[in-house]
Amino acid sequence: MKEKVIEKILTLLAFSAISILLLITAFIFKEGFPLILKAGINDFLFSAKWAPTKGHFGILSMVISSLAVTFGSIVMGVPLALACAITLAEFCPPRLLVFLKPTIELLAGIPSVVFGFLGVILLVPLIREYLGGPGLSLLAASIILAIMILPTITSISIDAIQAVPLLYKEGALAMGATHWQAIRLVILPAARSGVVTAIILGMARAIGETMAVIMVAGNALKIPVSILDPVRTLTSTIALEMGYSAGDHRTALFAAGIILFIFIMGLNILANALMRKK
Amino acid sequence: MGMLKVGIGWVTALILLTAFGCGSKGSIHSQVLTIAGSTSVQPFAEKLAEIYMDIDPKFIINVQGGGSTAGIKACREKAAQIGTSSRALHKDEEDLSKIIIAKDGIAVIVHPTNPVKDISLEQLQGIFSGKIRSWARLGWDDKPIYFVNREEGSGTRDAFESLVMNKMEISDEALVQDSNGSVREIIANNPQSIGYISFGIINHQVKPLAVNSIIPDLQTIKSNRYTLTRPFIFVSPSKPTALASRFIDFVLSKEGQEILEKEGLVGVR
Repeated sequence: MKEKVIEKILTLLAFSAISILLLITAFIFKEGFPLILKAGINDFLFSAKWAPTKGHFGILSMVISSLAVTFGSIVMGVPLALACAITLAEFCPPRLLVFLKPTIELLAGIPSVVFGFLGVILLVPLIREYLGGPGLSLLAASIILAIMILPTITSISIDAIQAVPLLYKEGALAMGATHWQAIRLVILPAARSGVVTAIILGMARAIGETMAVIMVAGNALKIPVSILDPVRTLTSTIALEMGYSAGDHRTALFAAGIILFIFIMGLNILANALMRKK
Repeated sequence: MGMLKVGIGWVTALILLTAFGCGSKGSIHSQVLTIAGSTSVQPFAEKLAEIYMDIDPKFIINVQGGGSTAGIKACREKAAQIGTSSRALHKDEEDLSKIIIAKDGIAVIVHPTNPVKDISLEQLQGIFSGKIRSWARLGWDDKPIYFVNREEGSGTRDAFESLVMNKMEISDEALVQDSNGSVREIIANNPQSIGYISFGIINHQVKPLAVNSIIPDLQTIKSNRYTLTRPFIFVSPSKPTALASRFIDFVLSKEGQEILEKEGLVGVR
């Protein structure tokens, strides 16, 4: 009897969490969608002219910037995270792993504003002095994001590698493969779907990050042509402009939110599908 | 921060309402004063309202943003008793009575090591429209200029556009920051950058430039000799309500003006 009640309460709580998600989704679409129709889907998605108080609602440059920043962080972050995961899962004594893995996961708990602050103080002046440009740039944002997605990718990859049956490894070693050959030719391919899922979740984290990016990316609206150019992502625009926005400007920010929502949903669905395939 | 202040304002208002409102039944409605308009004036109006509500707890002042034009419209439609504006009134708005409560100078700032001291309005326009790209054109070395703009919807940006840009558009290569403080931070860290902030926010980390040879200071802003000066205006219907005029009197009083000056504006007394 008591068991039943608790079960019901838990179900109710679970559904309330889901209904909040649905509510948010419905609200974003209700607020933003009319503006997309009003501005025209073409002028909204494929124009780079964003001046919402003067009636221009093109978000192309922000979409490109968001994708570029995410791509940059993946290019820099994935090799690092994978190397880290392989070392920890395969080469590291188990007693050290018990200590190191939580440490890396702790990195995920550092507030993004701290990463942004470090970026502004340390990274931006370095880029400005040694590479040129204003320092606040696509490169700076990518590096900061690469560090931020490191713990996500590393810890999920470690789990994926450890989930590969020991039998595979033993078989490979018995056939005369070296440890590294066993990892490269047997373990990594077997763990592939888990590793790819980790990368996709890392991408979702990167594309949605706001505070750190605002601080180091420079937020210029121009479509970037070099990695040293300042960029403005979708999330930055929403956070920068929401304070004083009114009317169409406000709904345009919700519309930008819809696009962001679609990106992140797409990435998550992809990640889920891959996980199930395993 | 603004949201937080509004939040605190609301909580205070609610507490006051329950604490003092019950005794004077019926008069509660007449004690609410709504101020709407310029987002540049908003933080100052909030500060004044907060202090005035401490002095006179029966008074509830509700400060909203929306922009100068929306504020003047709200005042005309009686949605707000006082409209605020951070630009001079247009011709068709002059039937309303206006009171200048303070002035704000928009300072053009550069890094302290930048040798440039003076800039003309044309040069400023050239830089922000993306036509002047090198400091050599202003008599320094041939280094690229990084110019910092404010975000769309900002009152300071609005004023800068109308005072400097003369219908030209600010280039989309501009770096963008969403507060006076973060613009100042960028300028303080990058010797080749230039930006604009409220006069009251200047500190030792940055150097204000003279515009058309006039340095922004209390005198030149007060007398409008400094070009990039904007008035902060309270607008009300030709006959302001009793509540509105009481608040306006407070703002113009020695105490009210001192508060504004402490917050970085230039008083009008």
